[in-house]
Amino acid sequence: MRLSDKAEEILEHLWIMTQEMGEKAVGLKELKTGKDAPEVQELLSLNYIDLSADSVTLREEGMEEAESAVRRHRLAERLMVDVLELDRSLMEENACLFEHLLRREVEESICTLLGHPKSCPHNRPIPSGRCCLGSATSARSIVSRLSDLEGGAKGKVAYLHTRDNKKLQKLMTMGILPGVSIELIQTFPSYVFRLGHTQIAVDREMAGDIFVRCGNPGA
Amino acid sequence: MPEKAECTCQGSIDEELDGLRKVVLVGSPNVGKSVVFGNLTGKYVTVSNYPGTTVEVTRGRARFGSVEVGVIDTPGMYSLLPITEEERVARTVLMEETPDVVVHVADAKNLERMLHLTIQLLEAGLPVVLDLNLMDEAERLGMRIDLDVLRSELGIPVVATIATENKGMDQLREAVLGCRRHGDGVPVRYGDSIESAVHSIGELLKGDYGISKRTVALLLLQDDDILEVVREKEASDCSAIEEIVERTRKGFSEPLNYIVTIERQRFIGRLMEKTATVDRSRGTDLKEKLSRLMMHPVTGIPFLLIAIYALYEFVGVFGAQVAVDFLENRVFGEYINPAANRIVAAVVPWKVLQDLFVNDYGIITLGVRYAIAIILPIVATFFIAFSIIEDTGYLPRLAMLIDRVFKRIGLNGRAVIPVVLGFGCDTMATMVTRTLETRRERVIATLLLALAIPCSAQVGVILALLSGNVKALGIFVLVMSTVFLLVGFLAARVMPGEQPLFYMEVPPLRWPKFSNVFTKTYTRVEWYFKEVLPLFILASIIIWAGRLTGLFDVVVNILSYPAGWIGLPEEAATAFLYGFFRRDFGAAGLYDLKNAGVLSGVPLVVSIVTIALFMPCIAQLSMTIKERGLKTALGMAAFIFPFAFLVGYVVNVVLNGLGVIL
Repeated sequence: MRLSDKAEEILEHLWIMTQEMGEKAVGLKELKTGKDAPEVQELLSLNYIDLSADSVTLREEGMEEAESAVRRHRLAERLMVDVLELDRSLMEENACLFEHLLRREVEESICTLLGHPKSCPHNRPIPSGRCCLGSATSARSIVSRLSDLEGGAKGKVAYLHTRDNKKLQKLMTMGILPGVSIELIQTFPSYVFRLGHTQIAVDREMAGDIFVRCGNPGA
Repeated sequence: MPEKAECTCQGSIDEELDGLRKVVLVGSPNVGKSVVFGNLTGKYVTVSNYPGTTVEVTRGRARFGSVEVGVIDTPGMYSLLPITEEERVARTVLMEETPDVVVHVADAKNLERMLHLTIQLLEAGLPVVLDLNLMDEAERLGMRIDLDVLRSELGIPVVATIATENKGMDQLREAVLGCRRHGDGVPVRYGDSIESAVHSIGELLKGDYGISKRTVALLLLQDDDILEVVREKEASDCSAIEEIVERTRKGFSEPLNYIVTIERQRFIGRLMEKTATVDRSRGTDLKEKLSRLMMHPVTGIPFLLIAIYALYEFVGVFGAQVAVDFLENRVFGEYINPAANRIVAAVVPWKVLQDLFVNDYGIITLGVRYAIAIILPIVATFFIAFSIIEDTGYLPRLAMLIDRVFKRIGLNGRAVIPVVLGFGCDTMATMVTRTLETRRERVIATLLLALAIPCSAQVGVILALLSGNVKALGIFVLVMSTVFLLVGFLAARVMPGEQPLFYMEVPPLRWPKFSNVFTKTYTRVEWYFKEVLPLFILASIIIWAGRLTGLFDVVVNILSYPAGWIGLPEEAATAFLYGFFRRDFGAAGLYDLKNAGVLSGVPLVVSIVTIALFMPCIAQLSMTIKERGLKTALGMAAFIFPFAFLVGYVVNVVLNGLGVIL
């Protein structure tokens, strides 16, 4: 059985507040809902949440569904930005609509297509799904890490992702920036690629932080 | 804090620039700043085809028409937000030298990437001239740049140059003379949240930074260590500033340097559409094909071996054997030495004083002969070969090939440049370790240079000593590589630190220019001589005095013990004593012993290994102290001395144990 869109929104919000922000309970007001609203009743009947006075807590039973909702929302955002190249403002509203349409099977395909991204365009982590665990990177991805591509691949830099700010700065000063055309020349012993009229050599660690949208996926 | 070179192969050519209009050259690495500097001032600064050749600030005077100006050459910098030490040095020049004009030397073919720095310089409120250099390479790639549009869009003078051919220099001089400070340029806006933070930080900043408050604010927001400077200059309001930075940062989920750079890139992208067109029909040319052969592991390694073999033929055979033989046996053996002996004997009546100048250990017969007949041909041929390799751009390609191996010893591929340079001159190489990013890498590289990388003079003498004995040469190479890798591996284990990262621009292959190869070799050999000859003469005098007083015999006697332990004849102790002055001097001493028939076979290999690992020369030691500090340098010395003898001992035992006959 499928949750209603509104129930999904609540789970998502609860998960972010409790898992990422460290809150214990979230007020009904903050969730923009009420005690008797159908989505709250729906979640209560599934034993996904507990309700006490004016605040809601996420139960263990609801955890998986909540995490999955967050995952789908953030994947949808990546899809908007990386593949459809939508502007940030358009992304926000479309992602909200889109996440509810994603079913598990589609979710996995999209995750693979995007190269199992680790974070959303806002740099928040995307919870990993089953598809991310195996070596599913061999499947055709539209956005892949540079380190997963083969020599000869061409495309554009989609985004950079690293936790290390200095590393990010290094990549950027070499001119590796979203939107720049990139052509991978070789991958061993180091990664060598062409960027505009320059060639740059990097090691595997740095190549893994560059995400590329390929011109011809799978090629 | 621009420091002066003491004894480097780049020479010390700084000039006082007091009271002159100051022109500072800045730009990314390997775009030709030093060539432009040379064209403007008539002074030679080492020029090569790889990033990071210039590690110091150089000053010179130049005449622009009737005006005399001071020109300052800086190490390469990609951005005002520095990552490496050289970038920090370059930024400090901008902040502290109050330049009258800043010339941004840029690689025309990579204009898009270069404009980031141009814009940062404009934001900093500096009077900028944009010099699009390497215009020939851009044209060859089918790139056209509309300079007029660029001028009007950026509001600064823009000139196109080909510095290596001295083209466009007059326009550059004119642009510099005509350049005026054009207020705080604000070409790019970074969105409301950042702009309002920049504004409020700007209001709080009271100190003088030499660059605009907008730039200081932007740097603070981007997590730059300029914060320390700000804390110093703004004792009162600093916490308020840090609060704004913190608050602004929280409003974004991505680091602010990412946001700012992407915003700037958007501006540049639009600018590029208006100014540059590229004819994409050009295919890969011959140089590009050659470049790929050099980088592909299957073809790259054979290529490297061929290159090493060619180097061996030129330096080891032609330089160290043919040329040394001619100078040593013909010129000195048949003419100079006998003549000197005769003349001195006729002029100076006392035997003691005669010995100072001639006979076995005299200044002329020993000091000058070592320097000119043995060291000069080897060093000259090595530097010729090395200059050619540098100018082609092969070194960055070697760096990417070898990165994985270097990671094992706590370094990254970038360290290949100081290491290969070390085969030329370890002193110069020790200084170049500055281009490495972490202290850990710098210490490991310095140690390996001091221990396991023999300099060209040494290599040459060693090759001459082992000439014709392939087996002995093989053992020597094997022992040295093992020591290099093993000590590196252990040092990386002992010294904790973050895993080094490798990233490097691979410049296009370029044909070496004869004039640059010649000038560079000449500069290096000249420097080398200035350093070596006095030391050799001094060594001759000390040896003379030592022998006269009997002190020499005492020291040789003491040294003959460790020499004896590793199976060497007593006479080898003399060579080790020379080795204290310079390693090559010691090796050259061995050369004499071999010719005298005292040293051969296993003991020869053992003594060569020991002396090659031995303490670095005085110049390298002083450079190590300067770059790494006294404590670290002494620590290294304390390790190297006994370790060299230990390795010699082990090699002796193993070779004898295996019954190896050489």
